[in-house]
Amino acid sequence: MSDSARIWILIAAVSVGTFLIRYSFIGLVGDRAIPRWAARMLRYVPVAVMPALVAPLIAWPQATGGETDPARLLAALAALGVGIATRNVLASIFGGMAVLYLTLWLVG
Amino acid sequence: MDHDPPDLTRAFRLGIRDGLPFLIVIVPFGMLFGVLAGEAGWSLTEIMAMTILVIAGASQFTALQLLSEHAPLLIAIVTALAVNLRLAMYSASLAQYIGATPPLGRVLAAYCLTDQTYGISMTRLARGPELTPRERLAHFLGGAVPVCIPWYFATWLGTALGSAIPPALALDFAAPITFIALVGPGLRTLPQIAAALVSVVVALALAALPYNLWLLIAALAGMTTGALTEIWLERRA
Repeated sequence: MSDSARIWILIAAVSVGTFLIRYSFIGLVGDRAIPRWAARMLRYVPVAVMPALVAPLIAWPQATGGETDPARLLAALAALGVGIATRNVLASIFGGMAVLYLTLWLVG
Repeated sequence: MDHDPPDLTRAFRLGIRDGLPFLIVIVPFGMLFGVLAGEAGWSLTEIMAMTILVIAGASQFTALQLLSEHAPLLIAIVTALAVNLRLAMYSASLAQYIGATPPLGRVLAAYCLTDQTYGISMTRLARGPELTPRERLAHFLGGAVPVCIPWYFATWLGTALGSAIPPALALDFAAPITFIALVGPGLRTLPQIAAALVSVVVALALAALPYNLWLLIAALAGMTTGALTEIWLERRA
């Protein structure tokens, strides 16, 4: 199979599959009632999924070949600290990026 | 309960405004995909088809890497879909809020359901004002405007500029910062903090598991922790 054929089959399969994953509950379950315990667990989706997603990226960044990087670690802590202190998304992003660039510049 | 007539335009605009901060991180993240896919020899058509049809950064990077390593096609597809399984959790969570809206709107919402659009919506719902289901959908779709459309353009820009982008820009770290910015400002209650801590610890401990299993297990562990802590607090009160 040519590289291009492989790419197109992948795009087709992943886009259809991903749409079905996204549509699953919003589309098929809709507003049907779900058990109370399930609703309780779903309340914690944001704080359970995203920290898990991000933790390995911070601990072992790909850009440094998986080696823990002080600049990226500090930037992550800054984004978290500023986010909690200010409750502001923009401040959190700016805080993180500022510390990242500053530390990279100081170290590099 | 009486509600004022739904003001969809206002909710949609509020969504756009809530989503705007993410431009700062969406653009570098999208550019990075364009750069890497271009370097891997993908054509512009292939890159843009992927970024518009799949529109899920983490799985795009995963699929790209696996194809470049000449992994079997089926493995690349299954792994990319496994990375996106977390979106089913977002879908289940979001259905609680917009499940009662017209089907076409929900198809659109499903298409642009990402970490960012979901996070923008949840942050607003936690903060108020109270919105009707249709207003929530309008707000969600508004939030998708500054996330999804710049994602396409950024990918294209990354492909066009290619390796002219200096590595010192550390484009890779835009994604982690986004996720932190999505969660940090909303961390308030003890169950939320406990859920986040447990999910981080489990994710790091199980990071070696294949097919993103570590993420799904860590997420379930975090959600269970949150729910149990909530029950414990209720009983104590």
